[in-house]
Amino acid sequence: MARLIINGTPRDIEVDPDTPLLWVIREQIGLTGTKYGCGVAACGACTIHIDGVATRSCVLPVSAVEPDQQITTIEGLSPDSSHPVQQAWLALDVPQCGYCQAGMIMAAAGLLMQNPNPADEDINAEITNICRCGTYNRVRAAIKLAAKAGEATQRG
Amino acid sequence: MNATISLSRRSFIIGVASTAGGLSLGFNVPFIKPALAEGAETAPEINAWVVIRPDDTVVIRIARSEMGQGTLTGLAQLVAEELNCDWSKVTTEYPSPAQNLARDRVWGNFSTGGSRGIRESHEYVRIGGAVAREMLIAAAAAEWGVPASECTAWMGMVTHAASDRATFYGQLAAAAARMTPPANVTLKDPKDWTIAGKPLPRLDTADKLNGSQVYGVDLKLPNMVNAAIRACPYFGGKVASFDAAAVAAMPGVRTVVQVDETAVAVVADTWWRAKTALDALPVVWDEGPNRQVTSASIAAMLEEGLGANDAFIGAKQGDAGAALSAAGRTVTATYAFPYQNHATMEPMNATALYTPERCEVWVPTQNGEASLAAAAEAAGLPVQQCEVHKIHLGGGFGRRGNFQDYVRQAVSIAKQVPGTPVKLMWSREEDMLHGAYHPTTRCRLTGALDADGNLTALHMRISGQSILAAVRPQGMQNGMDPVVFQGLVLSGTEGTLGYTVDNLLVDHAMRNPPIPPGFWRGVNLNQNALYVECFMDELAHAAGVDPLAFRRKLMAKHPKHLAVLEAVAERIGWDTPPAAGVHRGLAQIMGFGSYVAAAAEVSVTDGQLKIHRIVAATDPGHVVNPAQVERQVEGSFVYGLSACIYGECTVNGGRMEQENFDSYEVLRMAEMPEVETIIVPSGGFWGGVGEPTIAVAAPAVLNAIFAATGKRIRTLPLKNHDLS
Repeated sequence: MARLIINGTPRDIEVDPDTPLLWVIREQIGLTGTKYGCGVAACGACTIHIDGVATRSCVLPVSAVEPDQQITTIEGLSPDSSHPVQQAWLALDVPQCGYCQAGMIMAAAGLLMQNPNPADEDINAEITNICRCGTYNRVRAAIKLAAKAGEATQRG
Repeated sequence: MNATISLSRRSFIIGVASTAGGLSLGFNVPFIKPALAEGAETAPEINAWVVIRPDDTVVIRIARSEMGQGTLTGLAQLVAEELNCDWSKVTTEYPSPAQNLARDRVWGNFSTGGSRGIRESHEYVRIGGAVAREMLIAAAAAEWGVPASECTAWMGMVTHAASDRATFYGQLAAAAARMTPPANVTLKDPKDWTIAGKPLPRLDTADKLNGSQVYGVDLKLPNMVNAAIRACPYFGGKVASFDAAAVAAMPGVRTVVQVDETAVAVVADTWWRAKTALDALPVVWDEGPNRQVTSASIAAMLEEGLGANDAFIGAKQGDAGAALSAAGRTVTATYAFPYQNHATMEPMNATALYTPERCEVWVPTQNGEASLAAAAEAAGLPVQQCEVHKIHLGGGFGRRGNFQDYVRQAVSIAKQVPGTPVKLMWSREEDMLHGAYHPTTRCRLTGALDADGNLTALHMRISGQSILAAVRPQGMQNGMDPVVFQGLVLSGTEGTLGYTVDNLLVDHAMRNPPIPPGFWRGVNLNQNALYVECFMDELAHAAGVDPLAFRRKLMAKHPKHLAVLEAVAERIGWDTPPAAGVHRGLAQIMGFGSYVAAAAEVSVTDGQLKIHRIVAATDPGHVVNPAQVERQVEGSFVYGLSACIYGECTVNGGRMEQENFDSYEVLRMAEMPEVETIIVPSGGFWGGVGEPTIAVAAPAVLNAIFAATGKRIRTLPLKNHDLS
């Protein structure tokens, strides 16, 4: 049995403690926005937030998550796609196939929480998710757009 | 509420699209089949392509698959353009493959590959929109008792100006559906387009921002179980035995099944539990006949082909052999291109529900009809008792078209748990080990230069694997695989060589290693552009001529090829020196009906390559959505540069060595250059967009690397080369 707080809701889950958090989220909680891409933390499709920190969930055993830690998935990033990163993604029509994009968005949102105004080098270092369709340049532009929107919000 | 409103109250209606100068078509309009007999859609179907609901929502049916390339939006734009509907009310749906079959393939070809989604179907989908428009007009005219010729349709409304009447499409749809379709319609001249041709946002973005887009791996069905599969990793090998009892008691396990000769699967309540048990399952493989096959043995096989006497001729002009023998000066180089995996982000998957009477499959597929055929075959049921539900793809790139291995496997497993839906998903490792690989070829090029540095003869000998021989033998031409010559032939509309060489021979020694090949985004154009464009650079260097000037001399009779090359050269500033330490390279090719070129700026510092900037140009004839074209071009460089820098599947002991993204690296954000896209549609033809520019990525960059380092890289990937 594990207790997890996912998108603000505490959940008690019957699960083998070795099960990666990704599969608990996808198969037991039923939130499928978080994707499997590699299972070895190489692609970032499974990125979620744990206490606000972007984390690859495919290699993280559920037992490593403390009962009071806040897990946020793409479904919980905002109730209505209103998070500045989602809004920037919409404005620039970023996704192509879209499969990697939940992970991209969560990685980007995590980066902006740590660093509200990232330089290109920061983006390069932190956003190492794989996109095979080739959205990288629009991802970069959208992160900058979201940063700008965040700045405006803080000033305003 | 009376939906008929007065014209005078419609200040937003500004006019009716002119059809003057449009294309007049006389043909049998294939839109007279009865409406769908079943399904959730109860709103009137005007014809196969258009359903209009009472609330004016326009449902446009899309036969091709959406896998990120934007075809769904582009095809909807084409239908909506002719329909003269309100774009803000457009939504889309996939007709199913079984419906297509039941209606004499009213939606035409479902296959989504070869950059054909729009270029092959633009005409009939526009006709679909135009016919529906005319039927809506006819319905309004009949209701009002006025001649249809006095009515116009615009922004989802039919108007009769003389009597000051107008009605929304939603009110007309039921009557329109009963109208006789017109025998002829006039399609608009693209210059009059107001929806097509515009950089409209995609229709499928919103769900991709919040996790609600459902991919095949996300499917949930009542009582569904999950399957994890392992196929024999040795090509040509089989399952010898496995010990199901060893894992039968593991948590969640329902059953362990042999899928076919080559694979075993564990079925469990969750995929993770299925995979965990599969990892613990003892399996003995019959390793088959290919255990001695390695990348080196394959290379040797292809090397032999480079000098072999037997070869299929793809292009011939003059007498290259004689001209080369007589030439004062020749240049020779040999290039090689490795196996690559599609590596779609969404692993292969399919969900199947089998009963002795019926088989249903839910699958992300580039070819719904191929999926249906595979399902029927695997189920052993008549195709009429099968159905395929298409789901958005998490990437396709060619892997999910011709090859329906995952559908056959899912059905095979489902047959062993009848009445229970089974979702089969491959692990990434399974995906890497059981690809339909971008085939390996090599090419020896020999060119003759005269005293003035002109290319007087060229022989390109390609040696290597044929895709068609393995996967579509019916497409072979007297034993020859025409796809091998993509971009190198002298005639046709698909992809001609952009150079005039008086003595030219392009031939292919087919050498087929026992590795399954497949169509990989860009197909053979990728190899061929690398060969011909890097070698042009070598020839220019040998002749002591600027690479652009050298090409120009050969391109006088190929103005469209030259135009895109000139466009990228001008934009990158070819005639002005680059920044200190930065070097440039060029490439051009024609493929999938489009003319494309690229210019690259790179620097190499202490052996470290940095690609600063790419300028790409494409002339696809017509452009349906310039924003999507730009994104496809930009994305194609991610695919092409991944291949150039990292892409390589190596064979050892009869199996692939790379199993995941840690050993099969791909391009990531830090290495992604700026990409500027120049779209120069010259009209008069329809070319593809998704693939052709991939092919110019590697040669433009390799030519720039030569300019930077003097090193001529002739084998991919770059990661195997020391640039210092």
